[in-house]
Amino acid sequence: MTRFFTAIGAAVISLLTYVGELVVLGVATFGSIFTQKLRWRLFLDQIVEIGLRSQLVVVITGAFTGAVFAAQTFFQFNKLGMGSAVGAVVSVSICRELGPVLTALMVTGRVGASMSAEIGTMKVTEQIDALRALAVHPIDYLVVPRALGMMVSMPLLVAECIGVGIAAGYAVAIGLLEVNGTYYMANMVRWTQMRDIVMALSKAFCFALLIVFISCHKGLTTREGAVGVGRATTQAVVDSSLAVLIFNFFMTMGLNIVFPAGYQ
Amino acid sequence: MIEAPPPAVAPVQKTSATRRKLMIAVRGLTKAIEAQKILRGVDLDVATGETLVIIGRSGGGKSVLLKHLVGLMQPDDGEIWIEGENILGLSERKLADIRRKVGILFQSGALFDSMTVEENIAFPLHEAGERDTEAIRKRVDEMLEVVELEGQHDKMPVNLSGGMKKRVGLARSIVRRPSVVLYDEPTAGLDPVVSDSINRLIRRLQERFHVTSVVVTHDMKSAFHIADHIAYLHEGQIYFYGTSVELQQSTDPLLQDFLLGRSECGV
Repeated sequence: MTRFFTAIGAAVISLLTYVGELVVLGVATFGSIFTQKLRWRLFLDQIVEIGLRSQLVVVITGAFTGAVFAAQTFFQFNKLGMGSAVGAVVSVSICRELGPVLTALMVTGRVGASMSAEIGTMKVTEQIDALRALAVHPIDYLVVPRALGMMVSMPLLVAECIGVGIAAGYAVAIGLLEVNGTYYMANMVRWTQMRDIVMALSKAFCFALLIVFISCHKGLTTREGAVGVGRATTQAVVDSSLAVLIFNFFMTMGLNIVFPAGYQ
Repeated sequence: MIEAPPPAVAPVQKTSATRRKLMIAVRGLTKAIEAQKILRGVDLDVATGETLVIIGRSGGGKSVLLKHLVGLMQPDDGEIWIEGENILGLSERKLADIRRKVGILFQSGALFDSMTVEENIAFPLHEAGERDTEAIRKRVDEMLEVVELEGQHDKMPVNLSGGMKKRVGLARSIVRRPSVVLYDEPTAGLDPVVSDSINRLIRRLQERFHVTSVVVTHDMKSAFHIADHIAYLHEGQIYFYGTSVELQQSTDPLLQDFLLGRSECGV
C-alpha cells in the first residue's frame, strides 16, 4: 500500500516539476522577447518552416475533414429533412473545434517533432554548450524565434484550415449531395458568428505556445545520444498532442462562457 | 591584468605561477554528478600567458573541470576567478561577459552542423554585432590561414575530417581574440601527424596572440610539447603540479604508472 502511494506521489511530483519547468521556459522566453534583440533572419526562417512548409498538410487535413464531416452530417440530417442545415453545422464545428485541434495535431507531428529533434541533436553534440560558450543564450537563439514563428503561423494556419474545410464541405454538399446552395449558405452565414472565429484563433494561439514550449523543452533536456534524441522527439509529439486535446476541452468550456455557441 | 583576489583556500602549488599575475584561480572546487564525486576540492592557478596542461585518467573529471572554467557547469562548492572576477553564482546572461574573454575548443569541435565553415567562424562576430561583411570575410580568411585551412569556406561540417573539425572549432573560438583558450582533448582520436600539427597550432597561437591556454589531455606527447606547467588530476584533486621536466623526473609511483602507461601501481 505504501509503495502504491509512493508511486502516485512520485508521479504527481514529476508532473508538477515538468509543468514548472515549462512555465519557467515560457517566462524566460517572454522575458527574452521583450528585453533582448530579435534575430529577424531566424524568425523569418521559422515562419517559412512552420507556416509555409505546413501548407500542404494543413490544406489536405482541412479539405478532407470538411468534406467527410459535411457528408456524414448530411446523411443524418437529410433523414429529418434538414439537409440545408449542414453548412451551419460544418462551419461552426470546424471553427470552434476541428480546425484548431486538427491543425495543432498536424503541426505537432510535423513541426514539434522537428524542433525537438533539432534542438536535442544540438544538445547531445555539444552545440548548445558551444552557443553558451560563445556568449549566446540558447533561449534567445533557439526558443524565441521558434516561439514567435509559432505564435504568428498557427493562427494563420488554423484560419486556412477552417477556410478550406468550409469550402470542401460546401463543394461536397452542393456538388455531390445536391443540397440547395442558397439555403446552405444562408444557414451557414446566419449561424456562424465572429465569436466562433475569435474562439478558433484564441485556441490556435494557445496551442502554438503549448507545442513550442513542450517541444523545445524536450529538446533542451535531451540526454544520452541518439537514443535520447529519439525518445525526446517521441515524447514531444505525445505530450504536445495530449496537452492540445486536454487544453482544448478546458478552453472550450471556458471560452463558451465568453463566446457562447449558437445564434443569439 | 588584475591581480587574483586572496584565495579562500590556500593554493597547493608553490610555483612561479602563484607569484605571477593570475588569469585563472580555482579554489576548493567540488562537484558531484548524481552519487559520484567528480571533483573533491580542486585548487589551481593559471598565470597570464602560460599554457597549463591538465592530465589524468579517462573519466577523472578533466573535462568537467574545464567546463566549470567557462561556467558551462555549476560546482557544488568552491570559487573560480577569471581575471579577478568570481564567476560562480553569476546568471547565464552575466556569464556572457566572461565568456567573451574565454574561447573553448570542444572535444568534438561542436561545429554548428547547419552552417558552413565560414558561417561557423563568422558566427561569434555576427553575434557581437559586426555587420561589415568585408571585415567579417577578412577575419574569417585570417583565421582559416592561422589554422591552415585556406579555401575551405564553403564546406559543411559533415564533410570535414576529425582534425579539420577541431581546427575550424579552434578558429571559431579564437576569432574574437579571447584572453583565454580552453582545449578539451584537442588531439583525441587523431593520427600522430595531425596531432602534431594541432600541438604546433596551439603553440603558435600562444606565441602569436599571447593567449592563456588550459589544455585537457591524456596524450603525454602532446602535454610535453605544449605545456609550461602540467597538473595531474587524480581522484578529484590536483595530485601534481609542476613543469614537464619536474614531472618526468618524479619518482612518484602513481605518476610513473601514468607516464609509462602501466595499469597497476608499482606492479
